[in-house]
Amino acid sequence: MKRDIPLIITFLTGFLCVIAFFIPHPPFGDLQQRFLVWYAIVAGFTMILGLDSLVKYNVKKITQHKPGWQYSYVLLFGLALVLVTGFQSWFKYNTPFELRSSFMYSYIHIIVPLQATMFALLAFFISSSAYRAFRARTFEATLLLIAAAIVMLGRVPIGEMISDKIPLRSDWLLNVPQLAAKRGIQVGVYLGGVVMSLRIILGIERTYLT
Amino acid sequence: MNLLGTWIAAGLTIAILSFLYRDNPFYKFAEHLFVGVSAGYWVIYIWAFDVQPMLVDEFLRQVGIEKWLLVIPAVFGLMMMARWFPAAAWVSRWPISFTVGIAAGLALTAQVQGYIIPQIQATLLPVVSIGATTAETVGQSINNIVILVGVICALLYFYFSREHKGALKVGSKIGIVFLMIGFGASFGYTVMARISLLIGRLTFLLQVFGLR
Repeated sequence: MKRDIPLIITFLTGFLCVIAFFIPHPPFGDLQQRFLVWYAIVAGFTMILGLDSLVKYNVKKITQHKPGWQYSYVLLFGLALVLVTGFQSWFKYNTPFELRSSFMYSYIHIIVPLQATMFALLAFFISSSAYRAFRARTFEATLLLIAAAIVMLGRVPIGEMISDKIPLRSDWLLNVPQLAAKRGIQVGVYLGGVVMSLRIILGIERTYLT
Repeated sequence: MNLLGTWIAAGLTIAILSFLYRDNPFYKFAEHLFVGVSAGYWVIYIWAFDVQPMLVDEFLRQVGIEKWLLVIPAVFGLMMMARWFPAAAWVSRWPISFTVGIAAGLALTAQVQGYIIPQIQATLLPVVSIGATTAETVGQSINNIVILVGVICALLYFYFSREHKGALKVGSKIGIVFLMIGFGASFGYTVMARISLLIGRLTFLLQVFGLR
């Protein structure tokens, strides 16, 4: 009941998905599409669990006065603000994504700038890590350094001012050797994914049940 | 209201950037606010685009067996909540198995058809590609050879079932050259994308303060 039924469910759903792929006719024809919709619905419910976990963790942090507990108030306030404006906008405009709605107001003026600045901040950390990574100690590190330098210079006007060939070399690096390396990695990853899927369907891989 | 929103955005931008000096209460405030509002946003988003149209609206719209089939994902979704009760937490394994099974089944077919075969097809290029001019012919042929050799050697580098010696060692050495160039190019590209975002935020701040 606790272990066998989940394994049977995994086998049946996985097997039916594969069957539906090879027999695209009734009763299997739309099975993949139907399963994808069901998947999205079940995944949607898991958001409630995530929300519950986030709220519980921060309430606990506040009640136990753990370090930085004051900021948990900020987090809970932000969460409540967006949820309230979201449902309010939903009732008012029939969708929360109406541009005039308070939900979109909080999205445009809070979420967008916070997200963009968070990612922009990474520019500094990437630069500092580049300093460490790019010290040309070995042949491989030198290759990394040269490729990165050409691509970076090729993306900005100063690169073209130094030589009009730099943007062309930059594009070539991205479209040929980088493509080859990326493709080699991706083929390996996808082959690994196929093997892992087979192991899961056949019940050899069971770590998701622990 | 828009003016207030712009000032809120400017304040939060500065609060995040203040981390460049050191970790401080302004940054922590903005960071926690970001986590809270993002979580709230995704709850609304998933409810509005997944659960509401795929389950609630569809249940009201459908008739007959199609209507009642929707009860299956709804029940599985509710079974997830069993994790709240330790004694019944094992029940949540059923919907987890269901989603894992779907993901595995789709990955098995979709990854082969959608990724592996197209990637191999795109790699098996003619080593002599005739172009309009000699330079184009030479250039295109070199590119095709580089891609073919690069993909094979990159794969050889990750082949661990045999010791890397002899021809395999040579192949994997060439593979690491391609991988390093690839990582370097990806790194440079990512840095420039982040710098572009930073320029965007700084331009926004300059506009808010009337300096641009």
